[in-house]
Amino acid sequence: MDIELMQRVYPFFLQAAWVTIQLSVLTALLGLTCGALGAAMRLSRLAVFRFLGAAYVSVFRGTPALIQLFILYFGGPQVGIQLDAFEAGVIGLGVNVGAYMTETIRGAIISIPKGQREAARTLGLSRWQAFYNAILPQAARLMVRPLGVNLNMLIKSTALVAAISVVELTYTAQRYIGSTYKPFEMFLLAGILYMIIIYATGRAVAWLDRRVQIN
Amino acid sequence: MGLDFTVVPEHLDVILLGCLWTIFIAVAAALVSFFGGIIFAVIALYAPWIIRQPFRLIEWVFMGTPLLLQLFLIYFGLVQIGIDLPAFVAGIIGLGLHFAVYNSELIQTAILSVDKGQMEAARTVGLSRGQALRKVVIPQAVRDVIPPIGNNMIALLKDSALVSVIGVSELTLSAQRVIGATYRPFEFYLVAAAFYYVINLCMEWVQRRIERRIAISR
Amino acid sequence: MTDTEHFVEIKHAQKSFGKLEVLKDISLNVARGQIVAIIGPSGSGKSTLLRAINDLDALTGGEIWLDGVQVNKNLPYRQYEKHINQMRQDIGMVFQHFNLFPHMTARDNVTMAPKLLKGLSKADADKLAEEQLDKVGMLERIDYYPSQLSGGQKQRVAIARALAMKPKLMLFDEATSALDPELVDEVNQVMKKLAEEHMTMIIVTHEMDFAASVCDRVLFMDKGVVVEEGPPSVVFKNPTKERTREFLRKHLAGAK
Repeated sequence: MDIELMQRVYPFFLQAAWVTIQLSVLTALLGLTCGALGAAMRLSRLAVFRFLGAAYVSVFRGTPALIQLFILYFGGPQVGIQLDAFEAGVIGLGVNVGAYMTETIRGAIISIPKGQREAARTLGLSRWQAFYNAILPQAARLMVRPLGVNLNMLIKSTALVAAISVVELTYTAQRYIGSTYKPFEMFLLAGILYMIIIYATGRAVAWLDRRVQIN
Repeated sequence: MGLDFTVVPEHLDVILLGCLWTIFIAVAAALVSFFGGIIFAVIALYAPWIIRQPFRLIEWVFMGTPLLLQLFLIYFGLVQIGIDLPAFVAGIIGLGLHFAVYNSELIQTAILSVDKGQMEAARTVGLSRGQALRKVVIPQAVRDVIPPIGNNMIALLKDSALVSVIGVSELTLSAQRVIGATYRPFEFYLVAAAFYYVINLCMEWVQRRIERRIAISR
Repeated sequence: MTDTEHFVEIKHAQKSFGKLEVLKDISLNVARGQIVAIIGPSGSGKSTLLRAINDLDALTGGEIWLDGVQVNKNLPYRQYEKHINQMRQDIGMVFQHFNLFPHMTARDNVTMAPKLLKGLSKADADKLAEEQLDKVGMLERIDYYPSQLSGGQKQRVAIARALAMKPKLMLFDEATSALDPELVDEVNQVMKKLAEEHMTMIIVTHEMDFAASVCDRVLFMDKGVVVEEGPPSVVFKNPTKERTREFLRKHLAGAK
C-alpha cells in the first residue's frame, strides 16, 4: 500500500468530503420537503392530489436516480432550466429521495390507529387540528428511524453526481485512480470518509430516536 | 432548443439493444447477488472467527460506501492486479457483490429466525451440520426472505444504470451514445427512463404474484 | 328552544354499506337527563347507530337532532365541517379502546381540546383538569402517561377528557368491554355517578346488570332494527319478543 501517496492526496479528499456533506445536507432538506408534500398529497381528501402523489412516488422510485439527474442536468437547458452541476445534483437527488421519504412519512401516519383521529374529532377538533395535535406528534416519533434509513441511502447516492462532474468524494477518488493507478488506496481514502459521515449520521439518528420516544 | 421526439424512432434500435443488455446484466447480477448472498450469510454466521470477523468488516465497508465507488474499485482494481476483464463482466461482479452483501443481511436474519428446533431435529436424524444447513435451514430461510430480496432486485435494476460509468453499453450508455450523435439529451434520457420504468413495473408485478403465492403456501 | 322530551331525536336513521343495510329506519327520542342502554348481538348495528349520533359514521338517510339543532345537516363541505366540529363539542364520546393520546399526560389529554377550542388559559385549563380528573378519581395520576395506567384508569381519564368539554350528551361505546373483569367496576362507578348528576347518556353495552341498575330505558337491536324497547324491568324480565328472549338467554348463559 502506498502510504506516502495517500498522505499527499488526502487533503483533497477532505475538501471533497466537505462537498459531499453539503450535498447531503441540502438534499436531505429538499427531500424532507418533497416527502412531506408528497405524503400530504397521498393522504389528501381530493382524488386528483392522491393520484399526483402516487404518480410522483411511482415514477421517481421506478426509474434510476442517475437518469433523473441526467434529464435535469443535460436535458434541462432544452426546456429552459439552466443549473450548474451542484444545483442539479441537489435538486435531482432531493426530488428523488423525496419520493422514498413520501412513503416513509405516509407509512408512519397511516400506522397511527384510527381511534386516535376519531377521539380527537369527537372532541370537536377539525381535520387539521386532529392531525396536528393528535396524529403528527405520534407519527413523527415513528418516522425517525425509517427516515434515518432514507438518509443513509441518500448519503451514498450523492456519489451519483460524480457522473455530472461535481467534485465530491467519488469524483475525486475516480480522478485520482485515473492519474495514479492506485484504485485500492483511493478507495480506502474515500471509503473511510464516507463511513465516518454515515456512522456519525447513524449515531445522530439513533440519539434523536431515543430522545423522542415517550418515556 | 425545444423538444423534438420525431428523432426518437430512427435510433430506437440502439436503445432497444441497450435495453437487452440492461436486462442481461441485471439478471446475471441478480443471480450473483442471490447465491453470493447465501454464501456470504453462511460465512458471516458459521465460518471460524478468523475468517468471520474480517469478512464482517468487508461487509460493513460495502454497506457504508456508494456503489459507484465500489464499481471503480473493482473495475480498475482488477486491471491493476493484471486481470483485464470486459467492462460488462466487471459491472456484473460489482453489482452482484454489492447486492449480495445486502441480501446476506436479510438471509442472516432469516436463518437466525428459523426455529432452532429445525436444526436440532435435522441433527437428531443424523444429518451433519452442513447437511442440516443445506437441506433444512437455508431452504426455509430463503423462502422467508424472497419478498425483501425482491425489493433489492428492483433496486439492483435501477442501480444497473451506474455501470454505464465504467463503460458498459447498457441502456443508459446507449442513450448517451445516441445523444452524442443527436444532441437531444432530454428526449433520449426520457426514453431510457421509460424503458426502465416499464421493466420496473413488470418486476413489481412479478413480485406481487410471488408474494401472493408465498402467502397462500403458508 | 329547549324541548326536554325530544332532547336527542333520531328520525328514520338509515345506513348501508353498498347492499348491506346496517340500520333500517330507526327512530328514537331521548329526553334530557335520560339514560338509554342499547343492547344486542355484534353486528346488530348498535355501535353504528351510536357513532352516527356524532357523525363518526355518516347516515345514508334520516336525521339526528340534538337540543333543537340538526347534527347531520346537509351543508357544503367546509360549512359542514365547521358545523359538525361545533356540534361534537356538545357530544362526549367514550370508546371501547379508550383512544387516549399516548404522547400526552392525563392532564394534557383532558385540557388539549378545551385549550384549543375554547381558548382556556393555562391556569384555567389546569383547574379544569384537576376538577375533572378528581371527579373520576384520577387526580393523583394527573401527570401520568397513558402507558403508565391500567385499563380502568385509562378509561376513567378518557371519560374525564370527554366531560371537560362540558357536553350535553355522553355516548359510551362498550366502554368496559376491553377491560379485565376486575377493572370493570371502577368505570361503572364513574358512569353511575354521572347518572346521578342527570347527564343524558346513551350507552352501548354488553353488561345487562349494569344496564338494568342504571338505565331508564333499554333498546334491544338486531339486524339493524330496534326489536324491543322499554324500561329495563320489562325488557330484561318480561320481554315480549322471541328474539329478545333468545338473545338474553344466550347472553346470560354465556356470562355465567
